[in-house]
Amino acid sequence: MKQLFTLLTLLVFKVSLSQTTIDGKISDTKGRPVIAASVNIKGSYDGTISDSSGNYSFETFETGKQIIVVTSVGYNTVETEVVIANKRTTVNVILKEKRNELQAVVVTAGAFAAGDGKRASTVLNTLDILTVGGGNADITTAVKTLPGAQQVGESEGLFVRGGEGYETKQFIDGTMVDHPYFSGSPNVATRGRFNPALFRETVFAAGGYSALYGQALSSALILETVDMPEKTEASIGVSPLFLSAGYQSVSRKKNFSWGMHYAYTNVKLYFELVKQRQEYFQSPEFHNLETNFRWRTKNGIIKFYSLLGKSKLGVKDPDIDSLDLKNVFAIENFNWYNNISWRENWGGGWKTSLGLGFSYNSDRMSGALETPQGNKVLLPGMPWESKNFTLDKTETLVQIKPVIEKKLDALNVFRLGGELWIASDKPVFNDSAYPLRDHLAAAFAETDIYLNNDIALKIGGRYEYSSLLKKGNVAPRVALAWQFNKVHQLSAAYGIFYQKPENKYLYFRQPLAFMKSTHYILNYQRKLAGRIARIEAFYKQYNHLIRQTNFTGYNNGGDGYAQGVELFWRDKKSVRNFDYWISYSYLDTKRDYLNFPYSIHPNFAAAHTLSVVLKRFFLPIKTGFNFTYSFATGRPYYDIRYNTATAQYDIADEGRTTPFSNLGFSLNYVPSAGNPKAKTFLVLVASVSNVLGHDQVYNYQYSYNGKYREPIKPPAPRFFFIGLFVNWGIDRTQEIIDSNL
Amino acid sequence: MIRSLLLMMLLTGATASFGQSEKYNDAMTNYLQQLSDAKTTQDYQKLSAAFERVATAEKTLWLPYYYAAYSLAMAGWTDANLDKDANAKKGKALVAAALALSDNAEIYALTYMFATQQMLVDPPSRYMTFGQEAAAALEKGLKMQPDNPRLNYLKGMALVNTPEAFGGGKQKGKLVLEAAVKFYEAEEVKPLHPSWGKQQAVEALNKIE
Repeated sequence: MKQLFTLLTLLVFKVSLSQTTIDGKISDTKGRPVIAASVNIKGSYDGTISDSSGNYSFETFETGKQIIVVTSVGYNTVETEVVIANKRTTVNVILKEKRNELQAVVVTAGAFAAGDGKRASTVLNTLDILTVGGGNADITTAVKTLPGAQQVGESEGLFVRGGEGYETKQFIDGTMVDHPYFSGSPNVATRGRFNPALFRETVFAAGGYSALYGQALSSALILETVDMPEKTEASIGVSPLFLSAGYQSVSRKKNFSWGMHYAYTNVKLYFELVKQRQEYFQSPEFHNLETNFRWRTKNGIIKFYSLLGKSKLGVKDPDIDSLDLKNVFAIENFNWYNNISWRENWGGGWKTSLGLGFSYNSDRMSGALETPQGNKVLLPGMPWESKNFTLDKTETLVQIKPVIEKKLDALNVFRLGGELWIASDKPVFNDSAYPLRDHLAAAFAETDIYLNNDIALKIGGRYEYSSLLKKGNVAPRVALAWQFNKVHQLSAAYGIFYQKPENKYLYFRQPLAFMKSTHYILNYQRKLAGRIARIEAFYKQYNHLIRQTNFTGYNNGGDGYAQGVELFWRDKKSVRNFDYWISYSYLDTKRDYLNFPYSIHPNFAAAHTLSVVLKRFFLPIKTGFNFTYSFATGRPYYDIRYNTATAQYDIADEGRTTPFSNLGFSLNYVPSAGNPKAKTFLVLVASVSNVLGHDQVYNYQYSYNGKYREPIKPPAPRFFFIGLFVNWGIDRTQEIIDSNL
Repeated sequence: MIRSLLLMMLLTGATASFGQSEKYNDAMTNYLQQLSDAKTTQDYQKLSAAFERVATAEKTLWLPYYYAAYSLAMAGWTDANLDKDANAKKGKALVAAALALSDNAEIYALTYMFATQQMLVDPPSRYMTFGQEAAAALEKGLKMQPDNPRLNYLKGMALVNTPEAFGGGKQKGKLVLEAAVKFYEAEEVKPLHPSWGKQQAVEALNKIE
């Protein structure tokens, strides 16, 4: 009995011993508390999670030597051996953050990304580009609603931060696109050739971009094509403007796909319904044939994309220098664009990518003077001589771009690559040929250095040599990003950018050099679920711009600057089913180039630009409404004339256009939205630009004698579009429904 | 004397013999009780961690992994400000651990929930990925066990919430919910096994009528 008592007391003692409290604090390497970290004793049920101050406390019956395991998402797991003996054991644990691509900061200075949302700089998705009100699914029009881009309507291209349209280059899967826009008539902006749905991701870099891209002084539009389509589908499109049909096939295992799409556009009917300012004797007509193949390789993908385009148009305008003569302009374009890209992951952190490009472009243009009766007239002397011309321009571009990438650890990456552009341009102007050939070779290296998940540094450099210019250049690029609390982010970028002068200045065989720009960018971004705010300030210095000394004399004596502040705000959270974004850009820029007599504000740059994009889908009527409002203050215009007496250019007249204002509207009606398993999907799109009928004046052009000026305006006050798109196979209805649940 | 010894053995827990499953049952019952009372994200995360501890200690049982994931799914439905991707990433890892131990239909309900929560973050751009993942999980689960009441309940609710013109509709949903309720009534729930959703299914049905 006595023994039993002893045994009992011993047992009681043991029980009281086992009720141990284990507590402590979990913090990261910077001493900040780690919230909701899991703490437990290995192999037992006992444990808890840390509270909002990182503190934890739990009771256990375990004793002796035990292992405490602390885990938390985004941190390396820590196991600590402890001896549990006393009533209270305190175990403080410091967790080290895992280097992780999803958590890590990404440089956002200068860059706006639209895509699948995997990048920290993503502000739009592909659907946003398709549904910008009045944008007619044109990438450039959508990008113009972002800060940094100008509302230039008289010429295609993106005019970014005081830069000319040609200072922005487009890259598809790494290689440059030589003629991204359709060929058109003077003073009318044309659409881009590429359908936004081709792209998985679009990055609009308004400056400070990576050393992997060159030959763009101002901006890069970086487009990444879709890897593998979701499903096999057939599609047609019907509109008074065009007819299209396509087929896309995906193998069952999703390792091979091919597709073809053909579109025929003819605006004859449209121009009869909607009166245009110009008289078209050949209404614009386009054939477009797209072909694609995609193969999944062992750990990568090979993609081939080809676009064959043929177009023509002919237009008559009243001649500015005469009372009743007409200026006749005709153009026929043939364009063949081919892109092959191969990405492969070799394991061990090694990756390669290879981009191959081949493009061919031929423009056959002619100009003539015509009497009102339609007879050609040839008049001697200027300005008449220049009005009768033929220009046949044939360009080819072959590109090769290999890149090797080595991942040094979870985040740090080193890239090395090269680029070769073999370009040929053969213009024949009134029987005189001005052929140009250039081999542009480039080598580049870049490294991403992460001090931790919150601080990143990107350092790169690029060397280029042009056989035509017989000159080389070295362009360093640096970017830095620092995030705090995963919400706030500061980024900065610096870089030097070079670009060859446009071919039209090189035809005359003068020794010209690369044009140069230097970017300084500071960016702050605040990103919360559904809301994003950005502010960016920049300074850009231009050097070695092309200066015109007389009619055909050019040198690199031009320079200029651009500086400004840009704001971006997007909110899809505050009002249910309602999404909007606002962009504002302030731009101060001056340049002394071409025939400018001194440094002046160029005519393609407005000081203030504002865009507001609104989107809302109304479920009961199955219709989405999208509005885009853009405003820009008036731009300067000049009449610059050559003074033969002083052998200099003078400003004979100048002024400022009225402000630009455009309200675009589009609606998409989804009548077929049957059951989610429907094989047929139908959507009706209608849109109109400049709903309010604002009288847009982009610029002025002057008569030869300078006594008369004429505004440059859009071909019609408004552009209307209506189209019906039908898809078989893939159903996008569910996308639309789910976005509104 | 012998009786006292026996009693003492019982009292001290005799952890070696049949204690393990009793300890497991007690812990699970206790946590499941807490789960039905849980309200905040912190409650759910705490419980998820508790179930996960049981799961890692037991090594071979899928139920604690299931409930660890289920707790996070509940947090995902109730907390609008929760980072759905981070929550789903953790949840899906727990689901994978459960599936590795037992490939049963019940677990696909959780894959459906996490994928749906991720899809709802930005439906237009995420439908093609997460929307399809959710639909595939539901389909797979129902194929394995067509009379699973919880999967039928989820399917019924999805139909109810989709407008008629878009292939859903209350009447279509009602049929599936009625089937779900029938399956709930016919089901013999094994101890500790999932049994949620019956009450909600009945309530949803009453709302339709």
